[in-house]
Amino acid sequence: MTRFSEPSTEAGSDAAGTQPPAQVVSLLDPASAADNMADYLRAWTVRIRNGESGMLPVVLGLIVIVIIFQSQKSVFLSAGNLTNLFTQSATYILLGMAEVYVLLLGEIDLSIGYVGGVAGVVTVATAAPPGDHPWWVAILAGLVVATIIGIIQGLVITRLRVPSFVVTLAGLLGWEGVLIFLADREGGTNGGGTIRLSNSILLDLVNGNLSVAAGWIVLVLGVAGFAVFLIARDRHRRRHSLVVPPLGLTIAKIVAVAVAGFAVVAICNTNRGRIVSHPVRGVPWVVLIVLGIFMLWTALLGRTRFGRYVYAIGGNAEAARRAGINLGRIRTAAFALTGLTAGLAGVILASQLGSISSNVDGGSLVLYAVAAAVIGGTSLFGGRGKMLYAVIGGLVIATIANGMGLIGLSASAQYMVTALVLLAAASVDALARRNSTRSS
Amino acid sequence: MNLPADPRAEAGPTLPGPASADGRSGDHSDGRNTPASGAKWLLETRGITKRFGAVEALSDVNLHVAPGEVTALLGDNGAGKSTLIKCLAGIHEPEEGQMIFDGHPVRIRGPKVATGLGIETVYQDLALCDNLDIVQNMFLGRELTTSRLLDEDSMEKQARQTLAELSVTTVRSIRQLVGSLSGGQRQAVAVAKAVMQNARMVIMDEPTAALGVAQTAMVLDLIRTLRSRGIAVLVISHNLNDVFKVADHIAVLYLGRLAVEAPVGAFDQQSAVYAITTGRFDPATIEASETVKAIE
Repeated sequence: MTRFSEPSTEAGSDAAGTQPPAQVVSLLDPASAADNMADYLRAWTVRIRNGESGMLPVVLGLIVIVIIFQSQKSVFLSAGNLTNLFTQSATYILLGMAEVYVLLLGEIDLSIGYVGGVAGVVTVATAAPPGDHPWWVAILAGLVVATIIGIIQGLVITRLRVPSFVVTLAGLLGWEGVLIFLADREGGTNGGGTIRLSNSILLDLVNGNLSVAAGWIVLVLGVAGFAVFLIARDRHRRRHSLVVPPLGLTIAKIVAVAVAGFAVVAICNTNRGRIVSHPVRGVPWVVLIVLGIFMLWTALLGRTRFGRYVYAIGGNAEAARRAGINLGRIRTAAFALTGLTAGLAGVILASQLGSISSNVDGGSLVLYAVAAAVIGGTSLFGGRGKMLYAVIGGLVIATIANGMGLIGLSASAQYMVTALVLLAAASVDALARRNSTRSS
Repeated sequence: MNLPADPRAEAGPTLPGPASADGRSGDHSDGRNTPASGAKWLLETRGITKRFGAVEALSDVNLHVAPGEVTALLGDNGAGKSTLIKCLAGIHEPEEGQMIFDGHPVRIRGPKVATGLGIETVYQDLALCDNLDIVQNMFLGRELTTSRLLDEDSMEKQARQTLAELSVTTVRSIRQLVGSLSGGQRQAVAVAKAVMQNARMVIMDEPTAALGVAQTAMVLDLIRTLRSRGIAVLVISHNLNDVFKVADHIAVLYLGRLAVEAPVGAFDQQSAVYAITTGRFDPATIEASETVKAIE
């Protein structure tokens, strides 16, 4: 378990005598924290070899998938299809982010597909006649219901100490029942358990676009804000001789965000209308919504006590308990946030479909959600994962579904390929971690 | 039977009570009244008794811990060492007895009460989160915030300062994940975490159990550093070599009773083992008692 066998790892060694003194870098020297890019890259390769490969495999995998689809069907990388892909991925990404909260705790929530469905029905029904409530009341109603469901499940899990797998499995069954009941009752007048979404603002969540100019303005403001935030933080930390990432890395991050943002806006702002006289262009609202939720949840996990405790409980629940953290409250709050995020996914799904019905396949949705989180690199054992992973994972899932639909492969093939991608992602992670446990 | 002249008498702290005939000092009369330095005890327990159902895990324990000294708590498996430190840490509450902390009677009803008094416990499993970095672990449960957001800068500064004061200088980066640290480094982080909360007393459960030679030396140095800062250190250890290297006092638990409590000078390895395995103090008593038996 000691690292004497491998003195070159970044852990160094506390046996000062067994190593040349140069290896024992003083903690007091901030330069030890990889101040230059070369150091950082070396530490990074060590991390990858130690199993913390992060998103590298999945990003490479996504590129491969895109190349394959593009070679099969040249329309794949067209502006119209890519914009379509972004909106399709929204539901998967939101559900994946919902799942990240509980996966970080080492728990699982199997109910979120139908919780989202129930929230969708509540929202659509609230906005529909006879009530005709405004769009924000409808969304609020759906989100409140989803959050309450999450709280109830969280309380049963923490208070009665029933495993989350069982509680949310019951949820998977029970909330489907509620979904069918509500859809049949509310959709009764138009029949068939389907409720049409007539509120134009709710429809526009997915189907409406920013103007071309607004898209560019948002991009410029967003990238500039991100760059200013990172640079200011680094400067402040450097001045106080705290650990600072190398300048090259910060610049690389900013460039990556700028390039990705530019690509998305440029694609979405290209005319994708089929009819020449009616150009369709602009970034769909849903892209901004997903981006906003992503930033909010990332800040919550990374910069608040709550987020810190979620990671701590997932890493070592006993240590968290001894540190005086109220495990039950944090766990319940995480399930509530899972419910809330799933509810938002349900609202987006209804907006995308233009209606909601008892046919929502919550069973598949939840499995795609877990897959999205895990493909991105979230551990099922808790403590490791980020919201960003769900974004990448959700994009992968949506890309596979979209591309295979374009090629014209059957649903059976889609399921099998998705399964293989999930398995490959999980295997890469497991193999990398096995290497790390062997070497350490 | 006669015990030889009590070597502890001059040293001040002595057996808890006059050495009784069987060497098992069940009573709790005079005991160590003052530490060698002449200062007051930081922590004193009087007649602590803890039962689990019908089992009496601790009976009538009178332990004395002095500031700026290392007290080693010895005892065989099942002697009650863990139960005793859990009582001090607020995990268990004893049924009977009294605790005097810094001259005042206290009731340690929960871990928060213990830490509030300045009693910090470093458990054998260290209670660290491998997926968090050193700073995050050191501040776990006591994070600093500014306007509800984590104040990483202040936390990092304080953590760095505490580690420097403890002369822990071998970690590569303070932002390293604890999972990537060696055993000794992890122990150091756990101790630093305890010390940073203005600890007045640090309880360490088997701090060197899983460590190699070099790492053990590092942890023993750490214990000496704590002592030099005036902190009372209570160490549970099975490793008598380590105990004799750092301890100022030795307290031996035997079947739930505090059998022997004396300065380390009153022991050698052999007599310590004897005390642990029999609950009696002096190896000389072996001969004495056997002579008695033989005569009978």
